[in-house]
Amino acid sequence: MEINYLKKNILDKKYGRRSFLIGTSQLILVGLLIRNIRQIQLNEFEKYRLLAEENRIDIEILPPLRGVIFDKRGTILAKNKENYRIKILRDKNINLPNVMENLSKLINISEERKIEIIKKLEKKRSNSSIIIVENLSWIEFKHVLVNLPSLPGIVPEVDLKRFYTKKELLAHLLGYVGLISPKDLKGFSTDDPILQIQDFKIGKVGIEKGLDKYLRGQVGLGKFEVNASGKIIRKLAEEPSSSGKDIHLTIDSNLQKFSMIRIKEYSASAVVIDLSNGGIICMASNPSYDPNKFVEGISQKDWDILLQSKNQPLANKAISGNYPPGSTFKMIVAIAALEDNLINPEDLFECNGFYELEQRKFHCWKYSGHGSTDLLKGIEESCDVYFYNLAERIGIKRIAKIARKFGIGITPNLPLSGVSKGLIPSKSWKKNNKNQSWFTGDTLNSGIGQGYILSTPIQIAIMTARIATGLEIKPSLIKAIDGKPVNYDKHKLLGIKKSTLDIIRQAMFGVVNNKTGTAFNSRLIDETKIFAGKTGTSQIRQISEQERSKGIIKNEDLPRNQRDHALFTGYAPFTNPKFSVSIVVEHGGGGGKVAAPIARDILLYALNGALPSLQEYPAEERDKMNSIINNIKREMISIQ
Amino acid sequence: MLYSVADGDYEKWSKPQLERFLIGFVIMLIMGCIGIDFWRACSPFVYFFGVLLLISVFFFGDYGGGARRWLEFGSFRFQPSEIMKVGLVMFLAIYYDWLKPANTSKIFWVIVPIIIIILPTALIIPQPDLGTGTIIAMTGVTMMFAAGVHYFYFLIVVFLIPAFLVLLFYSRNTSWQLVTDYQFNRIDTFLNPEKDPLGVGYQITQSKIALGSGGLEGKGFMQGSQSQLDFLPYKHTDFIFTTIAEEFGFFGGVGLLLIYSAILIFCLFSAFKNKNRFGSLLTIGLSTTFFSYFFVNIAAVTGMAPVTGVPLPLISYGGSAMLVVLGIFGLIQSSHVHRLIKKD
Repeated sequence: MEINYLKKNILDKKYGRRSFLIGTSQLILVGLLIRNIRQIQLNEFEKYRLLAEENRIDIEILPPLRGVIFDKRGTILAKNKENYRIKILRDKNINLPNVMENLSKLINISEERKIEIIKKLEKKRSNSSIIIVENLSWIEFKHVLVNLPSLPGIVPEVDLKRFYTKKELLAHLLGYVGLISPKDLKGFSTDDPILQIQDFKIGKVGIEKGLDKYLRGQVGLGKFEVNASGKIIRKLAEEPSSSGKDIHLTIDSNLQKFSMIRIKEYSASAVVIDLSNGGIICMASNPSYDPNKFVEGISQKDWDILLQSKNQPLANKAISGNYPPGSTFKMIVAIAALEDNLINPEDLFECNGFYELEQRKFHCWKYSGHGSTDLLKGIEESCDVYFYNLAERIGIKRIAKIARKFGIGITPNLPLSGVSKGLIPSKSWKKNNKNQSWFTGDTLNSGIGQGYILSTPIQIAIMTARIATGLEIKPSLIKAIDGKPVNYDKHKLLGIKKSTLDIIRQAMFGVVNNKTGTAFNSRLIDETKIFAGKTGTSQIRQISEQERSKGIIKNEDLPRNQRDHALFTGYAPFTNPKFSVSIVVEHGGGGGKVAAPIARDILLYALNGALPSLQEYPAEERDKMNSIINNIKREMISIQ
Repeated sequence: MLYSVADGDYEKWSKPQLERFLIGFVIMLIMGCIGIDFWRACSPFVYFFGVLLLISVFFFGDYGGGARRWLEFGSFRFQPSEIMKVGLVMFLAIYYDWLKPANTSKIFWVIVPIIIIILPTALIIPQPDLGTGTIIAMTGVTMMFAAGVHYFYFLIVVFLIPAFLVLLFYSRNTSWQLVTDYQFNRIDTFLNPEKDPLGVGYQITQSKIALGSGGLEGKGFMQGSQSQLDFLPYKHTDFIFTTIAEEFGFFGGVGLLLIYSAILIFCLFSAFKNKNRFGSLLTIGLSTTFFSYFFVNIAAVTGMAPVTGVPLPLISYGGSAMLVVLGIFGLIQSSHVHRLIKKD
């Protein structure tokens, strides 16, 4: 009994020790837990707090509103228009095919598009969305709104998209906006928040591209509290986006419209510069396209048509079309000769229809020749032989110098893409590019604006503007940014003798207003609107001696792409110049016949600010003009 | 707490849980009043009933979350392994109560309880449920220790564990792989949660962020961004401790641990004072089971142990675990109430 009791006692002791051990080790383990929690909650609190904030807060980039583009009078040219569109959310609980089926009963969705959307959406993260259709009409959009209960996951949305009110009329100048392409990425730093905005559009060509930095605006930031699946719970803070700046252009949209209609039947361009400030008030290029198609995403079919079209509707011919200036260049040659006193205006040269240099004949356009010709007659009647003589006497260097002074061969500083430099050749240029030495024959060709010389319509308009004013007119397109007028430097004097300019102007007056002038048929009889100018017919093919002896093939009988370009440049009014104009009609034939009447009508519209009236035309032109003006009137109304 | 994670929705989780708690509480009180001898008599039945259920799970069990752990009776679904936790403790308690103390460390009488432990463990681990399996085995071993089996045996076990671990990893991708790929993944994730931050490791990573961002005082009731914004997975079940620690901070988390510890200490004192060997062993075993519940859960959500799907006792949403824990308390109360009744 005693022993048993002792044994029992020992056993109890042992048992107590063991339970104590168990309890202690359990409490030690609890201590370990506490130590670990302490480590996480107290020592690493800051680290985890930041991680939790990062989890919780989502920063959304708010896209800015793009600046509006106006013309000089405040007419809207490009704005942001409501775009009714429909998105679908990724959500596992939605029966996608079913929803798409319901939706296609309300709006038109092709079977392929349905399959495409379902496929795309399945790859997306939960709660992200894709756009199903855009640019719905209000009626269609309304149908979807009303039926939303049967369309789980569908999100109707009103977005803003760029809209070009003048469509084809200003396509080249304004350009268009589009999605950022890999090519555009060079212009962005990789952390630019704009890149994170889905479907953000930037300027791709034209003013939209050239002035993108003003128009684009600044993104805003919205801080949102989100849950684990990315759903927004509430807005925490917002730094609103700032809209892009509005731009007022120097363009006169009425004149632009008139010009586009006037050159409608040609592949042509027209530029008008306001001589008071160098503002370009018209920059027309035909054929054109509707830039809105690019904003919406142009269809492959439309794109192919634009690309394959012979007359390059996508090109802005006014700034990027390189043409031999032809006879419009003769003023430059004459100024170069007069400035260096290498001729007197009265000096006579004999024109027998050709000029012979080292047994090679350089022909005048007039087969029978002009007889003895002075400077005035040389320009008025555009005698080539006279200018072969002049060119040989003064040489290419002087010609090039004056050409550049007047803006030919100089890239005009315009906020546009694809502005061409043109080309004024020199001896070293020919060596480097053609690997040939310069021949006197090249100088002769340059003397009549042919050969290697290339110029753009805007350059020719600048040239005429400088002749008309004697000032170094610099073209501009921006009238005001954000409502504040842009101040350009006052135009400096060109540094050409007044006597030189006067005689050139007189010659240009004669071109239009003398009976023998090449543009006499395009004269105006209203004294206050009388204009001066110069025709040009730039030849784009070589005429062989054989052809000359048989009689030169008329332009009308040639295939279109071998016909001459018709050019005209001028300014009006002669006595008090306000506008200079430059017209190039590709393969149009004679400059006097085709380009001069267009220039006349455009100048007249610019002066009047309205459609020309018949009384302003000479009597013999009125019948023809009557129908032309009536047609234009009808079109101007129909386009509005 | 469930009210908080349900975003202030009382009906969602709090109400059913409260109802279960009340029912469980009544059951607990009733169990506490029933004499300890009754429970002793029940013990073998509970154990063998549990084994039987585990075997039937093996054949008829329901799948859920990639594992076959559940048995379904009409609308009632439960894990037999929960019954086993109690059953094993009861059976070992009666075994050592029956065994003469002198025989405790004799090799034959050591092998018998080992078989008693291994039988359910071997049935649970392949479900697969490594967590419960380990808890059951460890509880069993703890009871053997408490019953006075010689230290020598435990030393062997201590040396066998590393050997087993080596063998476990060595078996990977072989024909005799000891645990499933699923379990290996869980272990991998535990060892390196950042490796796969959006996959399996996501849970642990988010849990640690929630804990850490709670700081000393917490973010306040219903203010835990990690829990409220659904970054935390299983926030109403396995990860509820994280929510507590996020919203009530270090104070809240440690406070809960202290309450649990207080329950443990009470149990140990009760066991120590208990004149009834069965009741005493039962208390120790069940308190160990209770300890293993909350320890394994909290260790997992704080990133100290692999996530094994063990709920936090009395707080996690879920019926069977709640009933079992309250049942455990009922049995402990019964032993405590009848601590003076000696069998012999």
